[in-house]
Amino acid sequence: MNKIGLIVKREYLRRVSKKSFILITFLAPLLFAALVFVPLWLSGIKGDEVKKVAIIDTTGKYAPLFKNTDEYIFINSNGNLEQYRTAKDKEVFAFLNITGDLLENPNAATLYSEKQIPIGLKKEIDNVLSKYLKDEKLSSFNIPNLNKIIEESKINFDIKTIKWDAEGNEKSTSAEVASILGMMLTFIIYMFIMMYGAMVMQGVMEEKTNRIIEVIISSVKPFDLMMGKIIGIGFVGLTQVFLWGILTTVLVSGTLFFMGGSTTPEDLMNTQMAAQNLGNISMTAQAPEMNTKVLEIINSINFTQIGICFILYFIGGYTLYAALFAAIGSALEQQEDTQQFMMPILVLMIFSLYAGIYSMNNPDGPLAVWCSFIPFTSPIVMMVRLPYDIPIWEILISVSLLFATALLIVWGSAKIYRVGILMYGKKPSIKEMLKWIKYK
Amino acid sequence: MNFLETEDVVKQYSNHLALNKVSIQVPEGKIFGLLGPNGAGKTTLIRIINRITAPDSGRVMFNGRESRPEDIYQIGYLPEERGLYKKMKVGEQAIYLAQLKGLSYLEARKRLTHWFEKFDIMPWWNKKLEELSKGMQQKIQFITTIIHEPKLLIFDEPFSGFDPVNAERLKQEILELKAAGHTIIFSTHNMASVEEICDNIALINRSQVVLSGNVRDIRNQFKSNTYILKVHSDEIKFLSNEMEIPSEWNTFSFRIQKTEDGISELYIHKEKEISNSELLVSLASKINILSFTEKIPSMNDIFINTVSGSNTTKA
Repeated sequence: MNKIGLIVKREYLRRVSKKSFILITFLAPLLFAALVFVPLWLSGIKGDEVKKVAIIDTTGKYAPLFKNTDEYIFINSNGNLEQYRTAKDKEVFAFLNITGDLLENPNAATLYSEKQIPIGLKKEIDNVLSKYLKDEKLSSFNIPNLNKIIEESKINFDIKTIKWDAEGNEKSTSAEVASILGMMLTFIIYMFIMMYGAMVMQGVMEEKTNRIIEVIISSVKPFDLMMGKIIGIGFVGLTQVFLWGILTTVLVSGTLFFMGGSTTPEDLMNTQMAAQNLGNISMTAQAPEMNTKVLEIINSINFTQIGICFILYFIGGYTLYAALFAAIGSALEQQEDTQQFMMPILVLMIFSLYAGIYSMNNPDGPLAVWCSFIPFTSPIVMMVRLPYDIPIWEILISVSLLFATALLIVWGSAKIYRVGILMYGKKPSIKEMLKWIKYK
Repeated sequence: MNFLETEDVVKQYSNHLALNKVSIQVPEGKIFGLLGPNGAGKTTLIRIINRITAPDSGRVMFNGRESRPEDIYQIGYLPEERGLYKKMKVGEQAIYLAQLKGLSYLEARKRLTHWFEKFDIMPWWNKKLEELSKGMQQKIQFITTIIHEPKLLIFDEPFSGFDPVNAERLKQEILELKAAGHTIIFSTHNMASVEEICDNIALINRSQVVLSGNVRDIRNQFKSNTYILKVHSDEIKFLSNEMEIPSEWNTFSFRIQKTEDGISELYIHKEKEISNSELLVSLASKINILSFTEKIPSMNDIFINTVSGSNTTKA
């Protein structure tokens, strides 16, 4: 047993102290935060150049409607369009030419420019004109207070969802929050099984092609070596998830703090939780009553249960797939040969991911339920269902199935591994590899 | 007393029989040569002794009793295909491997420091393995093999990759280990080194032991009553034409093996009944004897004869 400990320690320390690990661990949260905040920040920046837009309005009705903005100055012009077109030096960025009543002829207004018209300018003009034209049209019906009626009939409906727990108590839930949380967990587990499973395979192949394997297995049992590697790399994965969680929380909440400016401690906690679990910034930017609602919804999600389940499924799923990857790595010498053997595993993983995505629409539907029991798909699909407060017995069965299968796979993989690591030369077929399980 | 024995070890792989009732006896404190052509089953046997693979039938006796899993800490194995972690620092790596063999961290570091100083390679301690030359890597590998002072050492082609100076040094190191009481199994294709350092051998061919025993006994056993006689080349004619051959010497024969710088080397074959003195008396009357020695077959000849002999009888 202490031999496994030695191997775990070596695998762990060697990988954690690698430059690439440190770099990815610390840069990825930065990148993630940047992905969220840079577009937000950029959209906040206005061009400092103020552009002139000349309005040539033959009706005279529309020109006074345009108010100067931060980016555009509208000037009334009596000039001739042809004259501007041929002018050498153009101080004016764009020309709005209105030649008639727009209600009667919507094509009577045209925007000219030498450069590409920015979407912002087009929107601004569209907004001003359509609002005016709408009002004009409405007043042409001669119904009193029509504007007010329309204003009041604008209803934005958002149904409140309540879930009864076992005792019949009411809990506010949010399908959106649950699905975003579920999706994030799904992607994290998928990514880590792929990344760290492949790392196990690489490690096994490295030892085989280095020929150090024969020295090592004259000191330790092949099973210990394989498990030591799987466990060591698994810890590397957990370390990375843990660090990412902390760093992302710190970064997101830190940035929100700077961007938001005025924040009370309660707000900060709220934003922290929202950011940590959802990355959903828009919510925090809304009104205070919205905040308490979010807080209530977030409180309704059982984070302890989700956290424990995440770790359990992570361990089970990772062990299962890592053992498969180890068996494949042991049988091969060439990196190029791995593709063919990884195919079935990849298909399983991608199927799980899609099953997870589709399960989001119906987390209690047959696809979701079945896939969250089948051990090969359950680590991924169950993540989608977890935030929906599924019954404990379902989780227990699913986790037990997963761990039982993982142990079985580890046992079989160890058999293949033991034979495979000493086989050089010909690339074996999957049939041959299965035969190795029966070797004494 | 035999430190290690295998009894009727059989190992069957899916498409061929790797070992067919192989029994070897390795005496304690001796160097035992495990010989055989490529693919004869030597590596399989070594792996079984190392408990890397299990035999289908037969037993391995270790130190007088059946081999047990913990015995691997009493074995140091230098495989033919060498390998260490390329990206790992030399010292760190050596300590790791020593720990896997059951040493504590401190003990491993102490012993390694001793060996690194002995081999004058202390400056390599913090280098990555891939920065070292192949010969240097071999030295590291040798040290990691013996660092836990195992009772049984298994060297598979230990001299490959060493220059003559370092090979000689390694040979002395191996002989020192023998003197210190270690039992050594030595597998090689270099027959000259077998003659030099092995006490006993087993020759495996086609999954079976075809020859085994003490090296001196085996060489004596393969003697063919051939003697090497050196004479001046111009005196050979006296031998062929005028030599009086007693009638009972009907099986006496000779042939010229080679002539160099006016001196010829003759191989003389005689019957056992004729004593060397009688032969020399009759030769000395005719020619001037420069040297006369008995030809003892080299391990190389024995190897080739045995292997090709058993192959043709079977084929």
